[in-house]
Amino acid sequence: MGRREHALLALSVGLLAGAALAYQVLLFRLLAIVQWHTFVATIVSLALLGHGAAGTALALAGKRLLPRFGSFYAGSAALFAVSAPACWALAQALPFNGLELVWNPLQLAWLAGYFLLLSLPFFFAACCFGLAFMHARERIAVLYAADLIGAGLGAGIATGLLFLLPVETALRTAAIAGAVAASLPPAPRIARLALPAAALIAIVLLPRPWLAPQITEFKGLPRALSVIGAEVEAEYSSPYGLLTTVRNKTIPFRHAPGRSLTATSEIPEQLAVFSDGDAMTALIAWDGRRESLSWLTETTSALPYQLLGRPRVLVLGAGGGAEVWQALYHDAWEVEAVEINPAMLMLLRASLHDPRVRFHQGDARGFVQSDRGQYDLIQVAPLDSYGGSGAGVQAMAESHLYTVEAIADYYARLAPGGLLALTRWVKEPPREGPRLFATAVAALRALGIDPGERLAVIRGWQTSTLLVSNGDLSVADIGRLRAFCETRGFDPVWFPGIGREEANRSHLLPRPWQHEAAVALLGDHADRFLADYKFHIEPATDDRPYFFHFFRWSLLSELIALRGQGGLTLLDTGYLVLVGTLALAAPLSLVLVLAPLAALGRRPGNRSRLRPGIYFLCLGLAFLLVEVACMQRYGLFVGQPLFATVAVLSGFLVFAGAGSLMASRLRDHARALRWAGGGIVLMLLLQVAALPPPPGIVESMPARVILTLVLTAPLAFLMGMPFPLGLSRLAAESPAFIPWAWGINGCASVLSALLADCWQCTWDSGQC
Amino acid sequence: MTRCPPRVSSRWLAQLLLLAGFMPPCAATDEARWSQARKALLAEIQRDAAATADSTGRARFSARVIAALDAVPRHRFVPASQAGSAYDNRPLPIGHGQTISQPYIVALMTELLAPEPGDVMLEVGTGSGYQAAVLAELVARVHTIEIVEPLAGAASERLRQLGYNNVEVRLGDGYHGWPEHAPYDGIIVTAAADAIPPPLIRQLKPGGRMVIPVGAPFFAQDLILLEKDAKGKVSTRSVLPVAFVPLTGDR
Repeated sequence: MGRREHALLALSVGLLAGAALAYQVLLFRLLAIVQWHTFVATIVSLALLGHGAAGTALALAGKRLLPRFGSFYAGSAALFAVSAPACWALAQALPFNGLELVWNPLQLAWLAGYFLLLSLPFFFAACCFGLAFMHARERIAVLYAADLIGAGLGAGIATGLLFLLPVETALRTAAIAGAVAASLPPAPRIARLALPAAALIAIVLLPRPWLAPQITEFKGLPRALSVIGAEVEAEYSSPYGLLTTVRNKTIPFRHAPGRSLTATSEIPEQLAVFSDGDAMTALIAWDGRRESLSWLTETTSALPYQLLGRPRVLVLGAGGGAEVWQALYHDAWEVEAVEINPAMLMLLRASLHDPRVRFHQGDARGFVQSDRGQYDLIQVAPLDSYGGSGAGVQAMAESHLYTVEAIADYYARLAPGGLLALTRWVKEPPREGPRLFATAVAALRALGIDPGERLAVIRGWQTSTLLVSNGDLSVADIGRLRAFCETRGFDPVWFPGIGREEANRSHLLPRPWQHEAAVALLGDHADRFLADYKFHIEPATDDRPYFFHFFRWSLLSELIALRGQGGLTLLDTGYLVLVGTLALAAPLSLVLVLAPLAALGRRPGNRSRLRPGIYFLCLGLAFLLVEVACMQRYGLFVGQPLFATVAVLSGFLVFAGAGSLMASRLRDHARALRWAGGGIVLMLLLQVAALPPPPGIVESMPARVILTLVLTAPLAFLMGMPFPLGLSRLAAESPAFIPWAWGINGCASVLSALLADCWQCTWDSGQC
Repeated sequence: MTRCPPRVSSRWLAQLLLLAGFMPPCAATDEARWSQARKALLAEIQRDAAATADSTGRARFSARVIAALDAVPRHRFVPASQAGSAYDNRPLPIGHGQTISQPYIVALMTELLAPEPGDVMLEVGTGSGYQAAVLAELVARVHTIEIVEPLAGAASERLRQLGYNNVEVRLGDGYHGWPEHAPYDGIIVTAAADAIPPPLIRQLKPGGRMVIPVGAPFFAQDLILLEKDAKGKVSTRSVLPVAFVPLTGDR
């Protein structure tokens, strides 16, 4: 092969890798829209096993394919291009309903169908890479570099495309890039021109409705749209999520979460906004009359205003703006409203004009960490849906809003006597309430403050509001709290001096569990209480930000026994699904890795097959483990998790690609490997000990993104070297084993990502 | 069309066959087999009732309620593809993002409404019409409102075919209730909204009861029971359908 052909092959590999990673990024987005959070990571992880399967297939059949490398490469790339959109269209047509999983195990079959279909494009793409490595084995490091750099750029470009295009159009674009990649390498004309052309035609002809996300009918948006009179007004798609606004003149929306049962006021016209087809919030079309906002005094979140006069307010997670309107109704001096989704913020700005309100686009934690303001009230509204919260479908979702460190951050921004108000959904038996209380107690104790005098909690039938006060609560404060509960029909859960009989009067529970939990958590035996409580309610921390993960293994048998009453639905299925995914992925990987060994036979010179196997397994495990850890650690540093994730993902791949290029130029491979290994250990120690720096070090967010790239670059660069160095050696000694090693790397990456999550949560539950 | 009821023991196989689009041939003993499946389900519901007595305050469901459940052919209220699971004690999808509630929850909600033969009841959220049919077996008249047009149409037709002449289905906004027939002895709000509409509380008779299931589709539904005493004072409580206590030991 000449220089030109080599360059074209490297370009093709890079383009295809970019398209494949774009497909992966877009799958995450598409699945987040149509499915529940839990199943998104599961389906994508399992689909990525397609990489491993490609290694296995090539190890078994690669030798027969190599003589006609060009045709097979072009064919496989063309198949990737067609299958990426086509398999998505087929997968979302499956009648999979994750909510029914605990009632109907047959749903597992549909789930399997989902991931098998979505794994096909990964399989075809990885076949191309493996074939290319086998074909041009003296230039593996260059091809591997092209693969990594292409993938890194693909992730960045896909995220950028999501700002510009609807997600299904972005998917089509990635597929077209795959078809172009099929036409680049040397191959007989029929393969090089006809196959990509056929793929292009198929991609363009796929009808848009097949590709456009069809949201599971049990999410909030389709349910709202099934109501007579409902009309979609607009859609706003971005990497932050798909916002859909819905108006209904026939049956108006009357979204007023946490409202008192005794409430009588009318709710003004609302425009519903759904985020990824669920998590509804509502924009208010205010008619200018003060009384049309009076319903905002009838929710538990109105409690802090009973204790404050003309406060300076910070609303974290402004959404549709109910808490902002609430502040204005209560004569707030000034309101700072923080919202992460730019489209949501644009809608809110357009619906709310008041000189007292200032809007900020950003992550709640990121804002609080870089802000220097002092507030009399910080309101944190529940941003997830009531239904979603109960279904445990977000059990594995990270939330940096409700950690010990988060509460300390909020507290630091309170003026003397100021209040932090956190409102959450009420679920029985209580899980979120006791955990939030435990988290606040831990945060105050860490600051050296006696928590009992500074906490107050009330509950309604749907929401519960926790107050953390920067100063002891006075007798007058408690009087106002009592009066508020009395008129609104809410029940106090905790305030300094509360009696048990006060805690269960208005909305009666079998027992005042939340109150009992509060008393126990402030008492001397809090640790024993936490250990004995049947749900896992230890405080969440920034290291383990799984606020919604309440699962304990001891629950399983008890709730299975109660399945007739629906007991199983009290399990947070998220964790079980994750464990189940790992339990499925591990044996599948093992089969994929071991199956080709029989066909491959012994290595020349009777060399060990175990050593390269373990080498590539460890590399695959390590690469993703380090990458995932960096994403999490730099997420808080950047202050915008989306940008942190993209920066670390893209940066890691591109810099590792550069490392791979560097490796291709080194003559002494053994020495290079030793240096790279030593360097990686050093860089890892540095990351663990000293990085990332505190977020306050740099003011602007773009600068923090660039700093993230700079700080992770050396580690990524070095981590790009061992794989091509090892593969080059294998290519020289026993070339038949190249696809095998490639497959192991693919499987290990999948296991690694799953293990990272599982490990953290298991550790979190104190179950290891 | 009536599908063949599977034997309880072969329920799993039947589900698999249904999944594959294969229907077993029907025989004259259909009704007997459906009835047998229903009896087994009712026994299971009574066991669940006993297990949850601490929370619900009812160790057994009343004979009237059980007889009503026995009288209503649930398999006629679920989509044909789900008929094989009609007498499983679990919620089933009925289209449009809606479900037919778990039979045990239907029994519990009915029990909590304390239906009397002369009562007039209001239901907000007709769905399949199953709950309305169960109530229709027990009270004088049932008025039910649905906001999803195809569901309202199908439920109305189904109830008419089954001869429930004392049920009236209306397509419309449940928020305002149905003032023409108010006041009601009992109201059930199965279309769980964010708030209990104030007009519904106004349309409840003194001494009347309102039941509201809350929670995501297919998940354990906590029930809110609202009672209006003779003087019109309203009180509410949570009735948890699962016999599960989160605290251990004697605290």
